[in-house]
Amino acid sequence: MTPEPGAGRWADAIRVAALLAADPQACVGIRLRAGAGPVRDAWLRHLTDRLATGTPVRRCPPGIGDDRLLGGLDLAATLSAGRPVAQAGLLAEADGGLVVVPMAERLSPGTAARLAAALDTGTVAVARDGFFETRAARFGLVLLDEGLDDEAPPVALTERLAFDVDLRDLALRDIDGATASDPARRTPDRAMEPDDASEAVATLCAAAEALGVASLRGPLLAVRIARLIAACDGRSMLAEPDLAEAARFVLGPRATRMPAPEQPGDDAEPPPPQASPEDERPPDASADEAASERQQAEPPSLDDVVLAAALAAIPPGLLAALAAGQAPARGGKVGKAGAAAAAARQGRPIGARAGDPRRGRLSLLATLRAAAPWQALRRSETGAGEARAIIVRPEDIRITRYRQRTESTTIFAVDASGSAALERLAEAKGAVELLLAEAYVRRDRVALVAFRGRAAELVLPPTRSLVRAKRGLAGLPGGGGTPLAAGLDAAADVALAVRRGGGTPVVVLLTDGRANVDRTGTPGRPRASEDARAAALRFRAAGYAAILIDTAPRPQDSARALAEAMGARYLPLPQADARKLSAAVRAAGEAA
Amino acid sequence: MNRRDHTLESSSPERVTTFPFTAIVAQDEMRQALLIAAVDPSVGGVLVFGDRGTGKSTAIRALAGLLPRMRAVVGCPYACDPAAPAEACPHCAGKLERKSALVPVPVVDLPLGATEDRVVGALDLQRALALGEKAFEPGLLARANRGFLYIDEVNLLEDHLVDLLLDVAASGVNTVEREGLSIRHPARFVLVGSGNPEEGELRPQLLDRFGLAVEVATPTDIATRIDVVRRRDAYERDPAAFCATYSKAERAQAKQITLARERLPAVTIPDAVLEACARLCLALGTDGLRGELTLMRTARALAALDGTHDVTIDHVRRIAPAALRHRLRRNPLDEAGSTARVARAVAEVLA
Repeated sequence: MTPEPGAGRWADAIRVAALLAADPQACVGIRLRAGAGPVRDAWLRHLTDRLATGTPVRRCPPGIGDDRLLGGLDLAATLSAGRPVAQAGLLAEADGGLVVVPMAERLSPGTAARLAAALDTGTVAVARDGFFETRAARFGLVLLDEGLDDEAPPVALTERLAFDVDLRDLALRDIDGATASDPARRTPDRAMEPDDASEAVATLCAAAEALGVASLRGPLLAVRIARLIAACDGRSMLAEPDLAEAARFVLGPRATRMPAPEQPGDDAEPPPPQASPEDERPPDASADEAASERQQAEPPSLDDVVLAAALAAIPPGLLAALAAGQAPARGGKVGKAGAAAAAARQGRPIGARAGDPRRGRLSLLATLRAAAPWQALRRSETGAGEARAIIVRPEDIRITRYRQRTESTTIFAVDASGSAALERLAEAKGAVELLLAEAYVRRDRVALVAFRGRAAELVLPPTRSLVRAKRGLAGLPGGGGTPLAAGLDAAADVALAVRRGGGTPVVVLLTDGRANVDRTGTPGRPRASEDARAAALRFRAAGYAAILIDTAPRPQDSARALAEAMGARYLPLPQADARKLSAAVRAAGEAA
Repeated sequence: MNRRDHTLESSSPERVTTFPFTAIVAQDEMRQALLIAAVDPSVGGVLVFGDRGTGKSTAIRALAGLLPRMRAVVGCPYACDPAAPAEACPHCAGKLERKSALVPVPVVDLPLGATEDRVVGALDLQRALALGEKAFEPGLLARANRGFLYIDEVNLLEDHLVDLLLDVAASGVNTVEREGLSIRHPARFVLVGSGNPEEGELRPQLLDRFGLAVEVATPTDIATRIDVVRRRDAYERDPAAFCATYSKAERAQAKQITLARERLPAVTIPDAVLEACARLCLALGTDGLRGELTLMRTARALAALDGTHDVTIDHVRRIAPAALRHRLRRNPLDEAGSTARVARAVAEVLA
């Protein structure tokens, strides 16, 4: 359970690379957390060296367009041939090999969903540009995650991948020695004897349960990887080391909690509340037996071995967080999807119309299509002297229509300090949910920053999901000092990210304006006020629309002064309830 | 360009070895809703929302294997029913004699990234380029006629496509007015959407268009979880053998659908049950009559599946959550959620 030294982790990473190379499709893929650098390059070299010769490896930039990703019309070939010619997309080209996505944290949810669909079906369905096609696309996905802090690739994608390897704090010296000791493993022998995997499945399910791996993809992938390990080692039956290793690679990084100390697995914790009234089918008799057998097994049981292996693979930081009973790390990844979506939505093409290409982007395909029906006619008009394959006239020219979405994101910055914190938080929570509920049609988003104690925290990254908001807002603590400067800075950071993504931020600050913790987290009123003022001026310089809602029982001069410094509207609202608050915010948002 | 190439409804190798519907563990509500849509396509679509990795896509793709074949006009791109009047179809209109054959019910996947021209249909580029002819090439909506149109991650589909789909799904007719073409063709299909609410929610006016909405959650019971993983593992190792072990169950399930379809016209709803439906909708304050209509229709289909000719309160009770949960007016401050509200109302009204 101790944090492994760098060399051990590198050896694991190499082992994972070997497995991935042996059967990319079965592994689905890997999320590799590492900055661009020699360590990552070395790992990628290990991976590609192991691939059978001729295996395609395609790099897929995160902002790739559908025409390149999925395929479509090959314009050059179409023009020269005078008939539509299809062109395979990147996913189809990578069939049997790997798709490598650098900067995967920048993937938009749309692109992620396309990748996920291809991973699920092993095919890529194209319904574009006059083509219907389904091509084979069985590939393994390598997400190179360079995300800092809470940036991460979309969970919809990472959840499907078997491996999650973190090489961030490895140095070159860690990887030097380990390379040689790597066992040379080649293509697996897939002809497995039919064995009874019941016990293996039960073991891995129990381990997943003990670690709080909710999705069934965890144990499913673990079983698959265990088989792959056995096959790579030339065995046809699953053995204990296979399960332990699979649990280590697949389940460890997915852990969201530490197993209950005395009885790992069953009954230790109440099952999470279920959303739908599910009438349970009588559980399969054999499964029941397996489960009870497993429970009665004498120590050290297979379960314990597998669980211990999985625990060994939990990254040290996560382990400490889990041990302290903190929020699961995977939960933290939720929320980036929305932010990335905004970036991709900046002016989305929504079709084409006749127009002048000097005042818009030429839509070649639509232009071709407009010109197409007249070709035979025009050729006969102009006579045989016309050598061009396709005759395009000015009236055929089409330009792409874009829809510029200026969706607004309301960022609540809530002073969660002191005694009034609980009420204020409750009001802010209510307002957030109300705004979200009303914002469906406009598809606006909401974010929440809370500041208390020594620092500010982004409680809810910009989202339009009520489900996620509720989850983020549940159990938000209050009390402590007022680090106003930190709160303003955090709100400004979120606002900047929103603006970069093409949205319009509106910041709503709920505070009484009395700072008593400065930027460095040190208590002290004068310094704190100074910092808050500086932060407010910085905020004003950026020119974000803002309202300051004074939550003090009596309107405060300090709050009014702060609003002025921020360039925010000042709104004393001592008895604000959620409804009043959301009405005020809406009014401000429309004015902004 | 091979236009009639391999689509999902053709007999591609993947199709033969789709994970069997009857091998799906738990998720009873989802399976019930899909079966109801198979029995009575007029219930108006199914929305499956829930956790990742709960087999949403698997179940919907598996449904295709259960649907009894249908009789369709040979050569008609819209797979018209030979018994239906020919006038509505641009292909069949004016033809005196229409040959027909048994074909599989189409289950068409709408891939993300599909362009509008491929969804509604557009000018046939091939014929225009080669022959200088202006001809219509039918799109996905034409293929889905009389079958199912499946959209995974429906909440990620672009708004204008969703609006278009809902409009066609409601009217049953696809109207194409583009590139100088003016065509109307039949496009009656059951819209099946799936998604994860964490990726973003659906607009309420869109939610209401689906007949049934089911929520799926990852099973938490360890025995069920083991069962799911075990079956999936067996399937992955040898799809053909796995499917073979379920072929009997699949046939029985297909038969249940066929029988239920035959029985459906004769299923009656007693006045007392009708009244209970009305009281339930009133108690929940669902807008409009759509909720009530759906409740009655789905209860009938459920009774037909059960093999009875009379709808009982119990049928209403079983289907009410799926038929009504997405029609409630949102109250974001109500922590309980709409499923619990329906359950509460069912307990009170149908006691």
